Amino acid sequence: MSVIVAKQLVKTYVAGDIKVEAIRGVDFTIEPASFVSFIGPSGSGKSTLLNLIGCLDPPTSGQLQVAGENIVNLSRQDAARFRGENIGFVFQDFNLIPVLTVFENVEYPLQMVQNWPKEKRRKQVQEMLAAVGMSDQGHKYPSQISGGQKQRVAVARALVTNAKLVLADEPTANLDRETANMVINLMKQMRDEFKTTFVFSTHDPRIVDNVEITFELEDGTLQRQETSVGGNHG
Amino acid sequence: MANIFKLATRNLFRYKRRTMLTSMLITLGVVSVLLFISVSGSFKTLMVGQITDSMLGHIQIHKKGYMASIDNLPLNRNLTGKQIDKVVQILSADDAVETYSMRIKLGAMFSNFTETTNIRLNAVTPLDEIKTAPLLTDRILQGDKTDLIKTGEILIPELIAKGMKVKVGDGIVLVANNKDGSVNGQNFMVRGILEGISGPGGRDGVIHIDDAKTLLRINAAEVSEIAIRLKDIDQLPEVFASLQKKLGSMKNQQGMPVFEVHTWESISPFFNIAKMIDLMTFFIQIMLVAIVLVSIMNVMIMAVYERINEIGTIAAIGTPPNKILSLFVVEGFLMGVLGTALGTTISLISIAVMNVTQISFDFGRQTGLLLSPTIGIVDVVLVVVIVIAIAVIASLQPAWKAAQMDPITALKHV
Repeated sequence: MSVIVAKQLVKTYVAGDIKVEAIRGVDFTIEPASFVSFIGPSGSGKSTLLNLIGCLDPPTSGQLQVAGENIVNLSRQDAARFRGENIGFVFQDFNLIPVLTVFENVEYPLQMVQNWPKEKRRKQVQEMLAAVGMSDQGHKYPSQISGGQKQRVAVARALVTNAKLVLADEPTANLDRETANMVINLMKQMRDEFKTTFVFSTHDPRIVDNVEITFELEDGTLQRQETSVGGNHG
Repeated sequence: MANIFKLATRNLFRYKRRTMLTSMLITLGVVSVLLFISVSGSFKTLMVGQITDSMLGHIQIHKKGYMASIDNLPLNRNLTGKQIDKVVQILSADDAVETYSMRIKLGAMFSNFTETTNIRLNAVTPLDEIKTAPLLTDRILQGDKTDLIKTGEILIPELIAKGMKVKVGDGIVLVANNKDGSVNGQNFMVRGILEGISGPGGRDGVIHIDDAKTLLRINAAEVSEIAIRLKDIDQLPEVFASLQKKLGSMKNQQGMPVFEVHTWESISPFFNIAKMIDLMTFFIQIMLVAIVLVSIMNVMIMAVYERINEIGTIAAIGTPPNKILSLFVVEGFLMGVLGTALGTTISLISIAVMNVTQISFDFGRQTGLLLSPTIGIVDVVLVVVIVIAIAVIASLQPAWKAAQMDPITALKHV
């Protein structure tokens, strides 16, 4: 079963008398354990599409099914629950909580969103920190680690709930070349290990070179879909 | 919930200086209120004690209409033997009553054989009066304090002693009209000089009740008032209500009430001062509420504004709106708890220090009164609950704003 199914998806923003059609009737399907990117110039609708998929914003019309659930008409509370259960987020600015340690940041979704029992939660966090190579940094605060390490922690936080889908908005924009490559490889490795679908919105050619499917957006419409089996590793 | 408390605590200590300043403001408010309550309460208790224990007693019973004409000290409105017996019967059956004293109040001419002036007198049974107004003997500035007074003796107020140049041991004459209008005189020896205090009866002289009966040619049992002392002044409302019910229902042959019952509160003007103190306490509490409301709301609005991006993050990763709301409300709650805990501790220590150092003060003509502030657990709990509740209420609006924030807008916030 496809992890994302979008049919005639439309998103229109209204500001006074002005209507802006950010997404204009797009159709696409994304299969489980895919490594997918949406590319396009600024204003093409990449971030809007990611927000729709991430259940952060409801579409104006069309159908959108994520992880087998129709998410078009979810209430605020249900949308939050759905995100907590199914979707992980990786942000451009890492967005770790500064007052929590690395361990606690990864633990946050299990503790505050999913209410996992303590022992099970701790084991899961330790496993996830080990998977992203941050086991020995758990006690540190975000301000005490590098940008690359922060993004690794963010990846761990996104995956810790066994999310079916990780949405990453420009995840390498604030990283140097070497660190960006390392983070991309890490995410790919995580995809292989946990069979999680990764969907990116990006300008970064390093990501585009590594994804298996690329959707190109322009003016809110899908212009092109490219498939490259397995992506270009490295 | 423990996780929310942990996160809220960490967030509070993220801005240590701001949290400390706000908590100190709350602390200052709590200290002001608790110290005001304790000091004013102590002052009030002391003054009430002075008034009831050295003059009025807790409750007074008179014949109906006596209080309306008390300035004239009317002798034709005294309680008669049967009426006294009825009151005694009721008082004896009431466990809350510790003791009572019968008094005849009269006006007389006071002569030192060269000059004459008016004097108001309380004629009492010494042992009953000492039990009912135990601080009366403390008001004797000069002279023997033992057993208060004997027949043939008089305690005169210090103003008359000074004005008439009378000393302890001097002889004087009292001349009084009885209720029929006939005049009688009697010699007395000045046993002591009585300190004057504010309030009704505070500048009256004292003689033995038997002398008053002789002077006024009263043959039967007759008194102007019955002053009652309760075992516990806190029982005043209940005992008063009970006496009102029992005595107020008694009617004479014309169907008019026979008795009137008054608490010290309705007799002494100090009760209005006590009420003003209560009113001031209330307004100070309102000020405290305003301080807490404004300071916490200000801090929480700032906290939400500074953490918009963070709110967007936690909302995006699935934190339910009610948990985001709780997070900020708990921050306000903790700040209230911190300020209140500090304030209560400082207040209790200050009250203990004031008691140890024995601060004295003057009130009216009374000097050297010892301030012994105390505070009841109810007052402390009330202030603590008010402050914490207001802290929570003040956090609600910013917390609600945070909980309702659109994650996309919040994540875009720089």
